[in-house]
Amino acid sequence: MDRRFFLKGLGTLGCTAAAHPLITSLTLAATPGENRLVVIILRGAMDGLDVVQPRGDRALLAARPGVLAPASDLDGFFALHEGLSDLMPLWQAGELAFVHATSTPYRDKRSHFDGQDLLEAGTGTDLAPAQSRDGWLNRLLTVMPGARAETAWSVGRETLPILAGTAPVEAWAPDQDLQVTPAAQALLAHVYEADPAFHAASATAFDLAGLEEGAGRDAELLAGFVGDRLREDARIAAFSLSGWDTHKAQGRAIRRPLDQLQRAVLTLRRQAGPEVWAKTAVLAMTEFGRTVRENGSGGTDHGTGGAMLVAGGAVRGGQVLGRWPGLAEADLYDRRDLMPTSDVRDWAAQALASLFGIDRTTLEGTVFPGLRMEAPKGLIL
Amino acid sequence: MDIETIAIRFGYGLPVTVQDKTEVLALLSGPDHAVERWPGPRLADLAPLIRDYRALRKTNDEAAQKDLLQQGDQLALRGVQAIFCRALGSTDGFRERLVAFWADHFTVAPRNRLERALPAILIDEAIRPHVTGRFADMLRAVTLHPAMLIYLNQEASFGPGSPRGKRQKKGLNENLARELLELHTLGVGAAYSQTDVRELAELLTGLTIGPEGFVFDPRRAEPGAETVLGATYQGKGLEPVHQVLDDLARHSDTARHIARKLAVHFVSDTPEAGLVAALESVFRDTGGDLRAVAEALVAHPAAERPVAQKARQPFDFMIAALRALGVGPDAVRSLEFRQARRLLFDPLAAMGQPFQQASGPDGWPEGEADWITPQGLAARIDWAMAAPERLVRPLPDPRAFLSAALGSRAGDRLVWAVGAAESARDGVGLVLASPEFNRR
Repeated sequence: MDRRFFLKGLGTLGCTAAAHPLITSLTLAATPGENRLVVIILRGAMDGLDVVQPRGDRALLAARPGVLAPASDLDGFFALHEGLSDLMPLWQAGELAFVHATSTPYRDKRSHFDGQDLLEAGTGTDLAPAQSRDGWLNRLLTVMPGARAETAWSVGRETLPILAGTAPVEAWAPDQDLQVTPAAQALLAHVYEADPAFHAASATAFDLAGLEEGAGRDAELLAGFVGDRLREDARIAAFSLSGWDTHKAQGRAIRRPLDQLQRAVLTLRRQAGPEVWAKTAVLAMTEFGRTVRENGSGGTDHGTGGAMLVAGGAVRGGQVLGRWPGLAEADLYDRRDLMPTSDVRDWAAQALASLFGIDRTTLEGTVFPGLRMEAPKGLIL
Repeated sequence: MDIETIAIRFGYGLPVTVQDKTEVLALLSGPDHAVERWPGPRLADLAPLIRDYRALRKTNDEAAQKDLLQQGDQLALRGVQAIFCRALGSTDGFRERLVAFWADHFTVAPRNRLERALPAILIDEAIRPHVTGRFADMLRAVTLHPAMLIYLNQEASFGPGSPRGKRQKKGLNENLARELLELHTLGVGAAYSQTDVRELAELLTGLTIGPEGFVFDPRRAEPGAETVLGATYQGKGLEPVHQVLDDLARHSDTARHIARKLAVHFVSDTPEAGLVAALESVFRDTGGDLRAVAEALVAHPAAERPVAQKARQPFDFMIAALRALGVGPDAVRSLEFRQARRLLFDPLAAMGQPFQQASGPDGWPEGEADWITPQGLAARIDWAMAAPERLVRPLPDPRAFLSAALGSRAGDRLVWAVGAAESARDGVGLVLASPEFNRR
């Protein structure tokens, strides 16, 4: 035998042993464990500065004379948008935390699609988004001991790129027909303005089209389903909530997505039950943040650094994590956006390490290729 | 003319599958590949079912009746699948659009469950073979086809002076005769009278269906000569019927009627007079050569203007959307019935165009105002937002989809809006719900 080939082969085996489901299932416990992870993708770029308001930063009020909702104090520096006030009991119970000034490695173009692609691919910017066909939750499954199709659920009418890949997953969508999001309606109205026939028909058409009236109900439906699965074999689940692209009249526009988000979290908690909730972590992440300064139409535009919501009994709650960069103009990214001080993938990786015992080499090599993990920050209990 | 305009105005939209106008016309002059590749049901399949069912209705054998109905459903399904597959899969898109135009011109709709395959059968047996041939041949094939004889009640028409008419005290049914003049040939504004309708109805008696299909039954044919539009027709059997159909086909009012309908359907609700006149003269000068008329249509400067003046009808809209999404014949064919109903047929009905169920023999309306209604637009928006993610996984990047679906035709507002959409779902939906995509 060619000795070099042998060594090379052995080396390859060594590197991938942890990543090989057959081998890991033989060498490790053949169950995915008892902990649960739910990832909620917040599509449209949630305005972290409005949701988790850095009230202690003097520059905030100057940047946001109009767009800043009433909020409840969290820790003396940050305050929580009143649209999430139903979650305050979780904060007090240590089941709710936030990460601020975080983002994916995505920079500058500020496109929703590219930003979401990267968020769900979990890769760096060295790979064009179109090239990364699988999502980081799916890659997680390939290294999770004992993972089977029932381990992971993609919930909702879309196929979530975050769960796309070679590992089998289950999918479920509510059986009712689909709706037009208010954001899509607003964009359509803009497009129709240029065409008299469509403009004339659209006023009534929008009333007739399945507008998302029961949006809160919809979020409860998705979260309720996930909660049920978590009580069974599911250890991983993902769904998305949209409506965060608040370019105009944010004070009003952000209410609905916030309401969906808090209903989703509360429904998950209720439906999972205390025992399962205690072993659950929910990460609600968005593609990027929004501009520090409000724009001319009472909204905010696409930015960079944002915030992540973390909930669950497995979470070390009651804290806002992440190094605060400050809102003075010199502290901003590109003199306009909140400067990201952490990689959102790092937090996710920390959670995977704590929840599922995935080692650092695998996290940095397989799940989030190219990520350099920082020291643990105590996100998960 | 740029190839995108050809594909959108004369085909089922993008992506373009041909290089230029020359290739479009070359395909049209060649054989009908689509009908060979995606064959539909034939009358020979359905006629025995109708015959047996009529016999069984007098009995109480419900199981046997149900079995026949289910066999009929299978034929209907094959017909529907063939029509979707050809529209989605053929590179000869102009032919498919012409077939659809003529199928609408000669509208038939099922009146009951067992007749559901009839529209597809009429298309394959009487329309497609002549779509690049002579109008007179198509008119004859359609008029004598059981699908039309059933739909316009010709099988219930008896010459009052015929042996069976006298014995069974049955009389004329003018339905087919009237629509022949009003819809199929001269047009409603033409100079014909009620007397012409009645004489033509008498002339048509004897056309009916037998156990195998079309038959001429001399026992119900009105004896004697008939005069239609000043010409006298006499003789036995089908000869005078053929004669009157040929005369109607070459009538100058027919040329004008067809020319205008083609211009309205393909180019504009209010076509330029010059376009109609050009088509009319080609129709007349060539004795109703439909390929020559189709070539003249594509060649006319009025048809080359890139401005989209027509609203896509729901079926066109849906096919164009599926093509842009890359949903091919096999994907549609593999849909379960329930999925197909939910993703295709219920939405078409909600948009105002229940599949093959026009409310009358005049077919579907052409006007933008008939389609871009609040209800119709709402249904288009719903489908645009909901259907793609059920059909295509993963959804395409909306910016790439915008150019795949509309090429260079997207307006600035749409380009901006698609880029601003907060999800792929919304972005793809915006493209499909846009005025640009809903026009051609």
